[in-house]
Amino acid sequence: MKVASTAAAGSGSSLPAAAERPLLTTAIIALLASILLAVPAYAAMADDPYVLTLASRILVFALAAVGLNIALGYGGMVSMGHSMYLGLGAYMVVLLHGVGIDSGWLQLLAIGVAVAAVAVAVGWVALRTQGIAFIMITLAFAQLFYYLFVSLKAYGGDEGMRLEQLSSFGALTGNRTALYYALLACLGVVAYATHRLVGSRFGLVLRASRINERRVKAVGTAPLPYRLAAYVLSALVCGVAGFFLVNLTGFVSPAYLEWTVSGELIVMAVLGGVGTIVGPILGAAGLLLVEEGLKGLTEHWPMILGPLIVLLVLGLRRGLWSMLPVPTHDGGDTATKARE
Amino acid sequence: MTPTLFVVQLLNGLQLGMMLFLMAAGLTLVFGIMNFINLAHGCLYMMGAYFAALAYGKTDSFFLSVVAAIVGMFVLAVLLDRLALSRLYRRDHLDQVLATFGLILFANAAVRLFWGSAPLYMEVPNWLAQSVQVLGLNYPAYRVAIIVTGLLVAFGLHVLIDRTRVGMLIRAGASNRDMVAALGVNIGWLTTFVFALGAALAGLAGAMAGPILSIQPGMGEPVLILTLIVIVIGGIGSIRGALFGALIVGVVDTLGRAVLPTLLFKLFDPTVAGAAGPALASVAVYVLMATVLALKPEGLFPVQHA
Repeated sequence: MKVASTAAAGSGSSLPAAAERPLLTTAIIALLASILLAVPAYAAMADDPYVLTLASRILVFALAAVGLNIALGYGGMVSMGHSMYLGLGAYMVVLLHGVGIDSGWLQLLAIGVAVAAVAVAVGWVALRTQGIAFIMITLAFAQLFYYLFVSLKAYGGDEGMRLEQLSSFGALTGNRTALYYALLACLGVVAYATHRLVGSRFGLVLRASRINERRVKAVGTAPLPYRLAAYVLSALVCGVAGFFLVNLTGFVSPAYLEWTVSGELIVMAVLGGVGTIVGPILGAAGLLLVEEGLKGLTEHWPMILGPLIVLLVLGLRRGLWSMLPVPTHDGGDTATKARE
Repeated sequence: MTPTLFVVQLLNGLQLGMMLFLMAAGLTLVFGIMNFINLAHGCLYMMGAYFAALAYGKTDSFFLSVVAAIVGMFVLAVLLDRLALSRLYRRDHLDQVLATFGLILFANAAVRLFWGSAPLYMEVPNWLAQSVQVLGLNYPAYRVAIIVTGLLVAFGLHVLIDRTRVGMLIRAGASNRDMVAALGVNIGWLTTFVFALGAALAGLAGAMAGPILSIQPGMGEPVLILTLIVIVIGGIGSIRGALFGALIVGVVDTLGRAVLPTLLFKLFDPTVAGAAGPALASVAVYVLMATVLALKPEGLFPVQHA
C-alpha cells in the first residue's frame, strides 16, 4: 500500500496542477474571483456595509487558511498553533504604534521579521518531533503566546483593546473598500505564489517528505530545511492575515490567539480540501457563512456546528474542492492514500 | 518568601500534579495504544465535574457524587467510543483533531444549554474540611486527600498494567494491535475498556476539582493543555512518564506563579518586574516543555519498545 502510494505520487504529482482540465479550473476560479470582486459594489448598492465586513472577514481567514495549508496540506505538518501568528501580526500593529511607527508598509515589514524570527525558533523545536507530539507542541507554543499577551496589562490584558490608530496608508487609511481590495489582491498573490511554489522543486521535496520522509533522505535530500522553510512561510502568511484582521476590526484581543482559532483554521483547510489552492478559500467562506447562519438561528450554535464537523470528517474525506470535477494539486488520490 | 510558604506552595504543586496525573494517565494510554489524539479529554473532565455536582445536589453526599462521576463517565465513554470514536482510530491525526474539536464545541455548548453559563460550586465534605499537620504545618485535609488519591491511582494502574492479564494485553496491544487481534483477543473491546478507564479517571479528576475550582463550561480546556504538556514532557504512552511529568509540571507551574514575581521584584525595578512577573509565571511550563523537547524530543521517560 505504501509503495503504491509513493509511486503514484512520484510520477503524477510533479506535473503542473490541473493539467487535465485546465478550462474547468480556470472557469471556477474566474467565477470565484468575479464574485469576490463584485462584493463592494453590491454592498454599496444594497447599502449594507455589513456584507463588506463579513466578506473581508472571510478573506482574512481565507488568507490564513491558505497560509496554514502550506504547512498542513503540502508539508503534512498538523499545526494546532497557527492562531499565534495571526495574533502576533495583530499585536505587532499595536506594539509598533506604541513606539511611534504607524506606516502600514513599515508595520508589514516588522511583522514579517518578527513572525519569521518566532516561526524559525518554534519550528526548529517543534519539527524535532513528529505526529501527535508535533500537534501538541504547536498547541502549547500558541498557548504560551496567548498567556503572554493576556498578561500584557498595558495592552488591555485578557479583554484586549481598541486600536488608537489604524495602519497608515496615506489617503487610503481607514477606507473599508480599499482594505477589502487590498485583502483580495493579497489573497490572489499568495494563492498564485503557493501554486508556483508547490509545483517547484521545493514543493516537490516538501510533498515527497510528507508522503515518505525516509525515501527523501535515501535519495540524498535532508527534508528538515524544506519543512522548516514551509512552516515559516505559512506562519508569515498568517502574520499578514493578522495585520489585516486588526485593521478590519480596529480591535486587538488575545481571543485572536485562542486555540479554538487554530482549530477553526484547520477546519477551513480540511473542509475545503487540504493540499489544494482554492480549497482553503472555499472552506473559510463555507465555515464562516455556516457560523453566521447558525448564530442567527440559536445562541447555542456550536451544538449544531460541532456534530456537523464530526460528520464532515467521517463522511467528506477530501473536502469540498474534491466534490468538483477537477483534479487536485496532488495528482491522483495520494492525499487519501497517504492518510492510511 | 518564607520557608513555610514555600513548603505550602510545594504541596499545592504536588496536588495540582496529582490532578494532572489523573488526566494524563488516561490520555497517554489512549495515545499509546490507539494512536488516537483525543482533544476532547478535557470535556470528559468537565462532564465528570458536572455529573458530580448533579449527584451532590441530589444525594448531598460527596462520596456518592465522586462515585457517580466515575461510573457516569465510564458508561458515557463506552457509548461514545462504540458510537463515534472507534471509527477514528484508523484515521490520520488530522481527522482525529478535527472530530474531537467538533466534540469539544458540542460539549461546551451542551453544558451551557443544560446548566447555564454561571459557575456551579461544590462544598468540601465535612470530614475533609479541616486541616492536618503535614511536615509541621497546617495544610487542608482535602488537598491531602487529592494527593493520596493520586498516589493510590498510580499504584493501582501499576498493578493493573504490569501485573494482570488485562494489563498484559494492553501492553501487547500498544506494541502490535494486529498481532493481538490475530491471537484471538477482541482488541476492539480492549481499546473501549482502556478509553473508558481513562474517561473514568478524568471524571474522578473533575469531581475532585469541583470543591476547589468553579465548575463551568470550557473548564476542561486549560487542564487539557497542561495535560498535553505533561504527556509531551513525560514521553507519550508511558504511565511512569505521566506521573513524573505531572508532578514536574504541577510543581513548576505552582512555584513559578508563587516565586517568580517576588523574585523579579528583588532583581529588577518595580515597573519591569510588575510587567514581566505575571507573564513569565504563566509561561514557565511552556518554557520548560520547549527546553525538554529541544534536548530530548522523545520526552523524559520514553516507552521502551521491545
